[in-house]
This record gives sequence, C-alpha cells and structure tokens, in this order.
Amino acid sequence: MKKIASTFTSMFLVLGGVSVLAAAALASVQKLTEEPIRKAALAAQETAIKAVVPTFDNSPVEEQYWLPTSEGDSLCCFPASKGGKLQGVAIESYSRNGYGGLIKVMVGLEPDGRVHGFSVLSHAETPGLGSNMETWFKTNKPGQYVPGLHPAETKLRVRKDGGDVDAITAATITSRAFLEAIDLAYKTYTHHTVETPNTHKESTEADGVSGASQSY
Amino acid sequence: MKQKPIAILLNGIIKENPTFVLLLGMCPTLGTTTSAANGLGMGLATLFVLACSNAAISALRNLIPDKVRIPTFIVVIATFVTLLEMLMKAYVPALYASLGLFIPLIVVNCIVLARAEAFASKNTVFDSTLDGVGIGMGFTLALTLLGSVRELLGTGKLFNLTFFPENYGILIFVLAPGAFIALGYLIALINRLNRKQA
Repeated sequence: MKKIASTFTSMFLVLGGVSVLAAAALASVQKLTEEPIRKAALAAQETAIKAVVPTFDNSPVEEQYWLPTSEGDSLCCFPASKGGKLQGVAIESYSRNGYGGLIKVMVGLEPDGRVHGFSVLSHAETPGLGSNMETWFKTNKPGQYVPGLHPAETKLRVRKDGGDVDAITAATITSRAFLEAIDLAYKTYTHHTVETPNTHKESTEADGVSGASQSY
Repeated sequence: MKQKPIAILLNGIIKENPTFVLLLGMCPTLGTTTSAANGLGMGLATLFVLACSNAAISALRNLIPDKVRIPTFIVVIATFVTLLEMLMKAYVPALYASLGLFIPLIVVNCIVLARAEAFASKNTVFDSTLDGVGIGMGFTLALTLLGSVRELLGTGKLFNLTFFPENYGILIFVLAPGAFIALGYLIALINRLNRKQA
C-alpha cells in the first residue's frame, strides 16, 4: 500500500480519525476502571483509618464530616464507633511546612482528644531521614512514642522549640511539620467538640459542626 | 536490510540499550530508581507503552501523512499512557502512588517517540512490536539494575530483603546525587564489558 500524501484533507481526516479512536478507547477503559479505582481509594482510606483508631463496627467513611480549622481550611473526620458509642475519630490532617512541602497524616484521636495512633498518608521528605517519621514516632522510647500522648498533658513540640518530643535525628524540620499536623488535628477536633460546646450555636454556617456534635 | 526477530529483540536489550547506550529517558531513570521495585515497575510501565504504541503506529504507518506524523504519534502514545494510568490506579494503587507523576510523564519520554519515528513508522507490525518489547526490556533491566544498586548501597535492602542494617547504608545513593554517581559507574562498567566483546 502506498503512503497517503500530505494534503490538507488527508491530514485533517487522519489526525481527526486517530483522535476519535483514541477518545473512544479512553472512554471505554475509563468506564471499565471507574469502579475499581473508587474501591481502591476507599480501601486505602479504610486501612489508614483502621490503623489509627480503636476497633469499630460502623462505617467511618460513610459517616465522614468536615471540621473547619482556625486557618480557614477544613479537615475530613471519620468517626469510629462500636455499638453506637464513639471510640475515636480519624482525622485527615496535614502540614505544609515539611522539608519537601506537604505532609498528610491520618491522626486517630480518642474522644477526649488523646492521640491513639497515626499513619503518614503522603510526604516528600528526604528518604532515609525525614521519611522515617512513621517508624521514629512509633519507636518505644520516652519522648519519641507519640501514640497514647495527650496534647494537653505533653507538649507536642520538638525539644528545640521547648516541647517534650525528640525530633528525628537530622530531620528537625520534618519532625516539626509532623507534630504540627498532629496538633492541627487535635486543636480542630477539641475546638469543635470538647472544650467549647457553645461554638455550635455561633457557627451556624458549618454543617459539619452540628453533625459532629450529634455523633459525639 | 531485514533483521531476524531475535536480533531485533536483543538489539534493544544490549546493542541499543536505551539507558546505557543511547542515554535516552534520563528523567525517569534518575527519578524513579530509589528502589529496585520502583525501577522494575517504571520499566514495565514503559515497556507496555512502547510495545503498544509501536504496534499501533506501525499498523497505521501508511495511513499517516508525513506532515502530521509527529502529532499523530503523540496522540497514540498519550492514549496508551492514559490507559495505563487508569489501569494502574485501579489494580496496583500502591505502585501507582510510589511512581506518582512519572507515569503520565511517559508521554514525553523520548525513547517512546524515538522508536515510533525511527523504527515503527518504517517496519511491519510484528517487527515493531518486538522492537518495542526489546527496548522496553532493556529499559526495565537498566532501571532495575540501577534501582538495586542504589537501594542496596543506600539502605542495605533489596526488594525488601535486608542484607545489612540500614544504619550502615550510604544515604547519598538514595538521594539525587547518588542516582548520577551510580548511573555513571554502571555506564562505565557496561562500556568496558562491551569493548571486551568487540
């Protein structure tokens, strides 16, 4: 077969035709993978929640609500309850002050605000240094083991900043950002549910708040 | 000049190895090889795109007018990369998360366009597919090798097997400078071996 010459019509038709075929292929595969992608994302979320809160029998993902932070953003919260009683809340928190920018942490808080567990969702920290935060803050040494601490009793800041937590060796910036994410989750949670019940009356604009008070 | 199928396949792995000989596609090579598993995953992803786009472009080669061949190639390549991206998100989300932005960037990997232009647009579908697989395997081997060296020297591990404690690892090999150093030494080594053969 001879090669088609480059006339305006042939170029127009071929490029257009190839694009249409490409679009059709993409559309059909997207239909096919839509459901598995949704499920995979959901499974990842559920695994992260399970890792940070006490056992539960409800569906935290379905009961999720949003809590506004003091900086004007809001955090997604997943309440975990067993037999209708609240066991803890998993909060998707973050800090933008990591060495490589954004650090996302799933923070599990018990109903009174005590840290139950945490799981680092995504980060861009230095491999081998800052990237060790997941294991470092779960190493069983005083001043290093974060789960079980209550931010009201222990100052969740690195020692350099006058806190009670040992920073990761050679990764103080990462440690600072990590603790900031935990702190943000704690502050946001307690601000809306534990300390000041009268905030519910004030903030009528936030639907998530009233939802939170009900589940609590 | 008609090549034997096996020669086409081996060409991509040894004689025209995209990483060690042609030095193409350096961005994913240096960026994704922090571990052997990541290198292997990135290599296989590129292999898939290379084989599919080479086959499709070769099948269409007589229908594509010369003046619009580059845009057409890019549309074909981008389509396969997007397909791959959706499939990976659906079935291997963990690998997708660790390779991140480098998967969509396969579109601009010059190996893929180079093979489309230099090989697939002039050869039969069968030969072109073989060429894609061969080059893809060469790329996969190179990335896995580089990833293994960096992971082993940097963390003492290889595919999650521990060889020596992480504290003795030379951290720089996991970081960006280590990628250049390790790649440089590997290229030197491969050149030396090739010279002996000749």
